[in-house]
Amino acid sequence: MIAAAFEYHRPAHLKGALGVLAEYGDDARVLAGGHSLIPMMKLRMAAVGHLVDLQDIADLKGIRVAGGRVTIGAMTTQHEMIASADLARAAPIIAEAAVQIADPQVRYMGTIGGNVANGDPGNDMPGLMQCLNATFTLVGPDGSREVAARDFYHSAYVTAREDGEILTQISFAAPTGGYAYEKQKRKIGDYATAACAVQLTKAGGKVTSAAVAMTNLADTPVFSDAAGAALVGTSGDAAAVKAAVTAAVAAISPTGDNRGPAEFKRHIAGIIIGRAITRALSRA
Amino acid sequence: MGTKMHIALTVNGEAHELLAEPRELLIYVLRERLNLTGPHAGCETSHCGACTVEMNGKSVKSCTVFAAQANGATITTIEGLGSPDSLSVLQQSFREHHGLQCGYCTPGMITRAHRLLQENPDPTEEEVRFGISGNLCRCTGYQNIVKAILAAAATINGAKEAAE
Repeated sequence: MIAAAFEYHRPAHLKGALGVLAEYGDDARVLAGGHSLIPMMKLRMAAVGHLVDLQDIADLKGIRVAGGRVTIGAMTTQHEMIASADLARAAPIIAEAAVQIADPQVRYMGTIGGNVANGDPGNDMPGLMQCLNATFTLVGPDGSREVAARDFYHSAYVTAREDGEILTQISFAAPTGGYAYEKQKRKIGDYATAACAVQLTKAGGKVTSAAVAMTNLADTPVFSDAAGAALVGTSGDAAAVKAAVTAAVAAISPTGDNRGPAEFKRHIAGIIIGRAITRALSRA
Repeated sequence: MGTKMHIALTVNGEAHELLAEPRELLIYVLRERLNLTGPHAGCETSHCGACTVEMNGKSVKSCTVFAAQANGATITTIEGLGSPDSLSVLQQSFREHHGLQCGYCTPGMITRAHRLLQENPDPTEEEVRFGISGNLCRCTGYQNIVKAILAAAATINGAKEAAE
């Protein structure tokens, strides 16, 4: 399987990359780790006239934790996030989710930027970013703007990013309290049948804040305000967990595919969401 | 046809320069241009890991890397780890523990195991299994592969201790 011919660009600076996008419009695509885009190009399901490889742009790499805020450059790989001691302290949910993505070889190449920008409903980081209330930085010909992860995803592969823009970094307030990323998949390397990210805090025996978001259970990630609200103010007892799961499952709209029919996915989602909430509570 | 570009690679310590279309896959550059047929093209869809090589210190599936992306890279293939006259510890261990049957996955499996032991010199059985989860073997059931990798780690660690 050989991709159709393309022109290859490897700019050393963001400005150069933006220039190629400005010149060639939607005939140009940026390449991060390539483990979503290259298979699509080989299958001739993605037509790319100009491929803009971001690997030499040093500004897009790195993890910074400062002033209670975590900032991760778009070209930071899953492997680098798993290995980061700073990230393990500031937001351990990131590594917990990242080790469940694909397999070791893919994690050496796959990046946070590619994972969140591609808009594939099967990717794990978009739901996690919604759980963490992260912000994405988009840089385009007219400068830079910030979009909340919770507003970024419109439908499968359709996001708030414009053709001429590059997603350069993600950032979020370092979370506190309990967390969990639970994922059900058929085998290592598979996308989720259902996955759920939970981050919550407790004080004086009561849940004081809770965020619940889900992966691959609709054509976008699903953030459920109602599931969080069902937990806040409770002790996190079985009735509260059940109410939160019911609210979260009400927010999803899975479709049947080779991972099972929609009803099966709703069932699995309920179990995975319940496990994620229970584990997050046990760590709070 | 796309325009060809100059590609410079260091493979198993040797510098190479060649002309290739950017879309050529690294696996075919290695196999067909450089005649390094150790890495195998298996599924060609980034699932099986038979094409695993080391690129800039990472295990990668060379069926999912364009030649252009590898320009400037340092690459190690199974041929760079040992030779028939001088097997590496991992290769010797795969032989002793019967860690292969048909042998198709073996170069990728050993190249991946090499990087795994660089990063985690004393892995548990579970860590070995998780560490090679990107490499499929349809013959062995993995038991002897895992045994071979654990035994290689013990040999390497034993040699290190003896040297101290």
